[in-house]
Amino acid sequence: MSMKFTTREVNGVTILDLSGKITLGEGGLTLREEVRNIVAKGSKKILLNLGDVNYIDSSGLGELVSAFTAVKNAGGELKLLNLTKKVRDLLVITKLVTVFDVKDDEASAVASFA
Amino acid sequence: MRLTCAGVCTVAALSRGRNSSYTPKDGRTALTDSTANRTSITLDSVLGSVEILEETAEKLARDAGFDEDTASQIAMATREAAINAIVHGNRYDPTKHVTASFGITDDALTIQIADEGSGLDPDKLPDPLTPENILRTSGRGVFLMRAIMDEVQFHQLNPGTEIRLVKRRIQKETHS
Repeated sequence: MSMKFTTREVNGVTILDLSGKITLGEGGLTLREEVRNIVAKGSKKILLNLGDVNYIDSSGLGELVSAFTAVKNAGGELKLLNLTKKVRDLLVITKLVTVFDVKDDEASAVASFA
Repeated sequence: MRLTCAGVCTVAALSRGRNSSYTPKDGRTALTDSTANRTSITLDSVLGSVEILEETAEKLARDAGFDEDTASQIAMATREAAINAIVHGNRYDPTKHVTASFGITDDALTIQIADEGSGLDPDKLPDPLTPENILRTSGRGVFLMRAIMDEVQFHQLNPGTEIRLVKRRIQKETHS
């Protein structure tokens, strides 16, 4: 299954609820485009809900980094929410867990944005 | 056995061509004759081939008795090797192909994926964990292969590169 997403806003934070795969040729490009669209519209607080993302490959990790950098360069913040064990393990192995602010609870994640 | 596909092969085609001589041994799935259980497949340099190789690796790993998590990891390592071959090696060149071979023995599952590209020097790959590389958007594929598999070897071909991935079975303890 390729990646699907819906976008919603909670207390000024744009939340992307992602599901499926973020891999080369499937979800990656879509995620990059969507995050850049959100930034272009002026939103600088972005939360990626990865609770239903069951698979990420190295290209998908690159897309997460690309999205993180794009938001940061625009003066915003991008955080991750609800990592599955597979995705968390990958972020730990690659040390990307030290780059991203990872949250487990949506309410506290939304409140954590400055 | 070797399959060569004019277009993209299907897993079904690969499965039909396999010699399915799996036999249970010591409570685990094992193979009686490793030479009869090496399968080769040649695929076009398209993204669909990545999925075929990934699915094939996962199926063979499960059939070989690896647990679900390990089979999934083996599939991911295979995916990364296939992406390396098709995207970075052959650069989607329609005149170039990727050849994969899967071998199962009592000791290990071995996957070899070869491209026809200009070659890869694994010693020159940047370390994706260093502070200067951590925010790079690429360069984690080989690192993940090495993290997942027990052995990752690169062989230079003429032309191309072959990546050899090995995942050993966990040896059962013997009680005297």
